[in-house]
Amino acid sequence: MSTETVAARPVVDAARLKAWLPKYGVYAAIVLLVVYNIFFTPYFATWSNLRIQLIQVAPIVIVALGMALVIGTEGIDLSVGSVMALAAAFIPLYLGYGVVAAIIVALLAGVAVGFINGILVARVGLQPIVATLALFVGGRGLAVVISEGKLVDIRNADFLYLGSGDLLGIPVLVWIAAAMVLIVGFVVRRTVFGRRLLAIGGNRPAAELAGLPVKRVLITVYIVCAVLASIAGLLSVARIQSSDASSVGLLIELSAITAVVVGGTPLTGGKVRVLGTVAGALLMQLVIATMIKHNLQPSTTEMVQAVIILIAVYVARERKTR
Amino acid sequence: MALLEVVDVSKIFPGVRALDSVSFTLQPGEVHALVGENGAGKSTLIKVLTGVYKPDGGELKYQDQPAQFGTPMDAQRAGISTIYQEVNLVPLMSVAQNLFLGREPRNAFGLIDRGRMDREAREVLAGYGVTTDVRRQLGTLALGAQQMVALARAVMIDAKVVIMDEPTSSLEPREVQTLFGVIRDLHAKGIGIVYVSHRLDELYEICDAVTILRDGKLVHTGKLADLERIKLVSLMLGRDMAEVRREGATAFSGSATGDEEAAPVLRVRELNSRHKLHDVSFDVRPGEVVGLGGLLGAGRSETVKAIGGAYHLDSGQIEVDGKELKKPTPVRAVKAGVAVQPEDRKAEGIVPGLSVRENIALAVLPRVSRGGFVSDAKIDEIVDKYMKRLRIKASSPDQAVGDLSGGNQQKVLLARLLATDPKVLLLDEPTRGIDVGAKAEVQSLIDELAAEGLGVVLVSSDAEELVEGSDRVVVLRDGVVVGTLTGAEVTAEDLMSTIATEAPREH
Repeated sequence: MSTETVAARPVVDAARLKAWLPKYGVYAAIVLLVVYNIFFTPYFATWSNLRIQLIQVAPIVIVALGMALVIGTEGIDLSVGSVMALAAAFIPLYLGYGVVAAIIVALLAGVAVGFINGILVARVGLQPIVATLALFVGGRGLAVVISEGKLVDIRNADFLYLGSGDLLGIPVLVWIAAAMVLIVGFVVRRTVFGRRLLAIGGNRPAAELAGLPVKRVLITVYIVCAVLASIAGLLSVARIQSSDASSVGLLIELSAITAVVVGGTPLTGGKVRVLGTVAGALLMQLVIATMIKHNLQPSTTEMVQAVIILIAVYVARERKTR
Repeated sequence: MALLEVVDVSKIFPGVRALDSVSFTLQPGEVHALVGENGAGKSTLIKVLTGVYKPDGGELKYQDQPAQFGTPMDAQRAGISTIYQEVNLVPLMSVAQNLFLGREPRNAFGLIDRGRMDREAREVLAGYGVTTDVRRQLGTLALGAQQMVALARAVMIDAKVVIMDEPTSSLEPREVQTLFGVIRDLHAKGIGIVYVSHRLDELYEICDAVTILRDGKLVHTGKLADLERIKLVSLMLGRDMAEVRREGATAFSGSATGDEEAAPVLRVRELNSRHKLHDVSFDVRPGEVVGLGGLLGAGRSETVKAIGGAYHLDSGQIEVDGKELKKPTPVRAVKAGVAVQPEDRKAEGIVPGLSVRENIALAVLPRVSRGGFVSDAKIDEIVDKYMKRLRIKASSPDQAVGDLSGGNQQKVLLARLLATDPKVLLLDEPTRGIDVGAKAEVQSLIDELAAEGLGVVLVSSDAEELVEGSDRVVVLRDGVVVGTLTGAEVTAEDLMSTIATEAPREH
């Protein structure tokens, strides 16, 4: 009897670990990294360092939330960086009409891009990667044209407050990102839209046959993703205190996809892990910060990131073939 | 001397015996029909013959020598070619390139000799009635012509055996005749042909021998000319009486529930869809179960899907409860009170990753929410009601549907449909792939629902289930309604003889 249990134990544990890893592995990795840093990295566990890390990760989190929704429908959105650039390009042009007007215009740019993406995917039937590639390329080009290729300094204090102000001792930027996390989490769990999104990602033919407005939901998802990207874009401008369409949000689509994947959201759709996505973004940020503090080359950092992505994808695959 | 022979082969998949000691012999120059309903084991047998699957037992002999094909490539090299329903060539390459793929003629420099390739391709294809520019992309050709190219390619690589899996399903009548011409040529050359089709007229026109499979077992093999149509159909569909006695018949009560006087809740008029449906019309009254009978490919699933707005119609009229369903889409059909249970539960029914409750509530989300926010209390009310009523066995409503048994998955799907308060319920193979107990439960549920006044359309390949479950049976063949069985005619014998009647000659 006792020998049996001893023999059976490790098998059960391996199976449990496999089920556990894709769900909680990212949190475990964060804990490990934080513990390591507390002991081995000077000046890591300081308030100012935490601030910097959170401010840097906030735009990535916001973009990754939208990306997670799109990936939940078995799609992908490569155009998020270009949307950030478009938002950045419109801000200096409309700040003269007031902060609110500028923000509204930036958000509308996001709505427009998301609508085009959604139409291409849902109505025309293009593959998401191709459909959003068009605006990935064209969107930034348009942004550079709008801004006439110039870097514009922003001096509007109200607008800059979004990027560098504090509220109750915490950066406004971080408050906004946290609010977005709560809203998206709520949308996924509690709204008709969120449930439909998951059903479409989980089995599109079934969702269609069940009479779900599949096209409308898909178009909405791409709009939501682009609007989140434009929020990230305008916040980035507010933080850097200048608008440069050719550099804002460059390569952010990769960081966002990485955060989503590392956070345990499968690329095959049907599932969205909101907190996991946040954790994924935090983990990648922590990795980069740790490397920098230990004076490692950026190239080394990139390779470490690659390994983390591979592990995340491998772990997710294990779970699928279970 | 047999050309290709399998003796007592078995193939076991987890939980299913897909082939149960089946033997099959193909003679040179023979056109051998391989028939059976879905799940009978035809595709598994073909895959064993072509090296896709390794049999779990039994023997494979090729030209009287024991053979073992490790991969489809081995089988192809040995001379066994397969032409699948969907043409498996490269649509973006030219016709000639496809024909010579992997065996392109070379010139003195070892480069592909395109001139020679195109010239030879033209000559070869002319023999198959395909006269087109061979430099065109294959994908731009009509499906029939593509199939001819596939066939020409198969024969060119020195095939001794050609396996055709429903080759005529997408062909025009004229193209079918060309295909038959080619088959007769092959036959004369001594090539053995395995011909899979559900069109009886075609089988009797072109085939010499027949092998019938059912539930993975061999039920008959022999000369086709010696086998009456009615016998062929009953062998494919019917269960013999001894088996029925052993397993018990279905759980249907057998009492007619339809009200003869009532206005139809579903009126279908002259549905047409290219190649698939031709002027399909029928009525369903409240409380009535109307069966759709016919062989695979007769247009039953297409009819059901078309009414549910999920299959393209060229013309036709659908009325639900007296109101016309114009330009049907799934969204409009669900709104009008049509609920469709698709044939393929996994691919088109359940969302495996979502929980039982999410799956049940899927189609009624707007009704259980306010201002776009869902109310868990309202969902639980519905989920609770249907989980009890349909006796869905799950560890909790939050269990993922993908982890349930087939029968419970089917019940979850039915719960989703019923939650929409439909007026018409269209069930396509509701008891396929579920265990005996769940089968009986689903069958008595259908009876109950009809008794409550729902109009039910039932599609089933199980003849017993169809006749016992239905008050009336509309029989389809090749997309045409060929008869309606009512009252005392609703028997397995009448169903089979209606299916087996010869189609009027069109040419």
